[in-house]
Amino acid sequence: MKAEKQYIDFYQEVQETIGRRSCAEMNEQRESAFETFSAKGFPSQKVERYRYAKVDADFSPNYGIALTPLTGPLPPYCFRIAEADSHARVLYNKVADATDSIVALNTMLCVDTLVVHVPKGIRVEHPIQISNILKGDQDTMVSRRILVVMEEQAEADIIITDRAASQSRFLTNQVIEVVMKDGSHLNLYEIEETHLLCTRYNSVFVQQGRDSSLHHTNLTLFNGHTRNRLDVLLQGEGSEVTANGCIIADKMQRVDNNTLIDHQVPACQSSELYKYVLDDSAVGAFAGKVLVREGAQKTSSKETNANLCATSSARMYSQPMLEIYADDVQCSHGSTVGQMDEAALFYMRQRGIDEKEARLLLKAAFITEVIETIPLESLRDRLHVLVDKRLRGELSKCEGCKLCK
Amino acid sequence: MGNDKNSFVREVAEKKYEYGFTTNVETDIIEKGLSEDVVRLISQKKGEPDWLLQFRLNAFRYWLTLEQPTWGHLKMPPIDYQAISYYADPTQKKKQGTGDIDPELMKTFDKLGIPLEERMALAGTAVDAVMDSVSVKTTFREKLQEKGIIFCSISEAVREHPDLVREYLGSVVPYKDNFFAALNSAVFSDGSFVYIPKGVRCPMELSTYFRINARGTGQFERTLIVCDDDAYVSYLEGCTAPMRDENQLHAAIVEIVVKERAEVKYSTVQNWYPGDSEGKGGVLNLVTKRGHLRGANSRLSWTQVETGSAITWKYPSCVLSGEGSQAEFYSVAVTNNYQQADTGTKMIHIGRNTKSTIISKGISAGKSQNAYRGLVKVASTADGARNYSSCDSLLLGSHCGAHTFPYMDVHNDTAVVEHEATTSKISEDQLFYCNQRGISTEEAVSLIVNGYAKEVINKLPMEFAVEAQKLLGVSLEGSVG
Repeated sequence: MKAEKQYIDFYQEVQETIGRRSCAEMNEQRESAFETFSAKGFPSQKVERYRYAKVDADFSPNYGIALTPLTGPLPPYCFRIAEADSHARVLYNKVADATDSIVALNTMLCVDTLVVHVPKGIRVEHPIQISNILKGDQDTMVSRRILVVMEEQAEADIIITDRAASQSRFLTNQVIEVVMKDGSHLNLYEIEETHLLCTRYNSVFVQQGRDSSLHHTNLTLFNGHTRNRLDVLLQGEGSEVTANGCIIADKMQRVDNNTLIDHQVPACQSSELYKYVLDDSAVGAFAGKVLVREGAQKTSSKETNANLCATSSARMYSQPMLEIYADDVQCSHGSTVGQMDEAALFYMRQRGIDEKEARLLLKAAFITEVIETIPLESLRDRLHVLVDKRLRGELSKCEGCKLCK
Repeated sequence: MGNDKNSFVREVAEKKYEYGFTTNVETDIIEKGLSEDVVRLISQKKGEPDWLLQFRLNAFRYWLTLEQPTWGHLKMPPIDYQAISYYADPTQKKKQGTGDIDPELMKTFDKLGIPLEERMALAGTAVDAVMDSVSVKTTFREKLQEKGIIFCSISEAVREHPDLVREYLGSVVPYKDNFFAALNSAVFSDGSFVYIPKGVRCPMELSTYFRINARGTGQFERTLIVCDDDAYVSYLEGCTAPMRDENQLHAAIVEIVVKERAEVKYSTVQNWYPGDSEGKGGVLNLVTKRGHLRGANSRLSWTQVETGSAITWKYPSCVLSGEGSQAEFYSVAVTNNYQQADTGTKMIHIGRNTKSTIISKGISAGKSQNAYRGLVKVASTADGARNYSSCDSLLLGSHCGAHTFPYMDVHNDTAVVEHEATTSKISEDQLFYCNQRGISTEEAVSLIVNGYAKEVINKLPMEFAVEAQKLLGVSLEGSVG
């Protein structure tokens, strides 16, 4: 219980300060979250969903714990929780898995929540971009919380980027809750470009109503240790989800994606595509479960995980799972781990492309399949450039950031 | 479907477990319960040497430190390990001096279609028949001995070939492997021992038939197969049990050692009593099976047809250490009523250029749960390793479940690992096509299911394939309509 102790002690010490800086909706949940966390502690690798994470090691270092509320101007439709519409506010912590200790730790320590609230029937024309920037001279642990509420027939694109503006060690524990009411559409992009000393725990929980559709893309371009959890609950008939991810990792980076798509009602569709390119001593893990509950007939689900290991020290763990309790369904999953196609390499070298460039092209082509599914054209173009730079090792940590300029 | 059509189905479904009879035979059963004294008693009854007793005691002491695992996708009834008798010997009479095997026992195995008279036996199959804790008879021993092949019960092997047993016992599945392996290592009673010497191709199929008979007992058999350089053997395993209301525990270990260029084929047709249509009773089949491909270019294939047992929880595995060794796993698992299965395989690639293939077909009907769970691990030393896995699930009925939990751990950049899985129900088009041509729905389903399982059934030796095909039909009777 060593790793947990510092958080428990800290919470008990500053409980009042947290309460003062926060608001009623968040404070109400704190005590039970504290109980959950102190009772359960951090999950060990024996817990199936944390099989590939090293939670204890990630949370053990002595971090300064940030308790700062949101600052700066907020984009349209974005609010601090205290200023958000009460319809949206009450949904706080209603979708997240409150029994999970990582979520509980967030609920316990987080002082502010960014609420993105798109009203009924509104189509937001420009994408909403939320930039999380880690900056500071000290090693810091940050708890971040986002609540997205899409009212009936609302449509929006939301881009969430994670960057680090200074070379300290950072630990981020982020929880994103998304409530999608009937007929709403959301394209949600998460892009991580931090550095080797950053550890990120990101838990995303989505609840979808009738005929809603979600397109979720998770891109890990540069990181230290990352653990992404995505739980999508399909609760309304005719809802659709596409969850894609692309991961480029090298050096000692570690990326673990753990997804659950829960088909609770009939006639929903889900599709998942995760691609990993692993170089050097990087470790990748993908565990995706598609759960089709009893009665969820006419479900269609497809899950694909493809991985490219470029060196003998890179490691990949892949675990695509199906758990099905209904018979009139079409579900499939596939997973591959392999290397670059030697014939394709040879073909390019024959035509005067040197080996390094040829390998790079193949990696980029491999990743392109995921990027091409992105509905937002400008982002797609930008990502092609970023991925190319990343693969060439030219991705500067300041790319696209005007913070110090 | 009309009621009259269903009546035949119901009839068949009700009598479907035709091996559910019990045999009235004088059986020496030791007191229920498990303690160090019981372990010593079993060892003493079998007249074992001290090293084996120590092996058992170590395993037992280790077992005491463990807790029963719960990670399976199974709803397990609690097992009271003190309410089971760990040794039941139906051959008691023989030992008291009448000489021959009790005719009741002979009759039992005849009824099961396993004739123990050599002249009556199917040509080309030698049988080791095990009832409860004791091997009743092993046929064709002399004939096999001419070639230097050892095929006998493991108790005899301990007496007659102690060096071999001592060298290999526990070398593939150590007693510390898991909870049930530790339990088995402590209390195992009988099973088969096979040794195929260098360069010998076993001229007949070797087969062990397991039968649980006595009430309140568990069966803990242990099979050890050693196939020396350039040798070949095909081994079959069959099993049945009487219908009883309570669950009976079956926790076996199978260890296979495959040396250079040797080949072992291991086939199982598992038909333990699956419990009644309400989910009462049935055998808990918790087995550890593992083969170690030690030699270069060695081959091992597991073929299993799982139709019985209330709970099946096993993963016949292969450790591919020898360079260029190849392993295959073919499985059909059928669950009906309240049966539960969490089964699959593990392929551990350690040697270079090792190859493995996994073909798994799950069929769930009634209110059953059928899960495939498999691990493919490629160690950093396994350059050029190759795996292909395919697991398909077929759902018959809207109250059953089919699940797939593949695990792939790849630690090598030259490895190619592929996995694919699909889950669906029988296509309406196919059924309609059959109906159109005058084939009833029931028959059509059986036809389609057999076609679906063909890839695996084809890998079984002839006699077994026929039996397996029949079993598939019977297990699914009553699940349509």
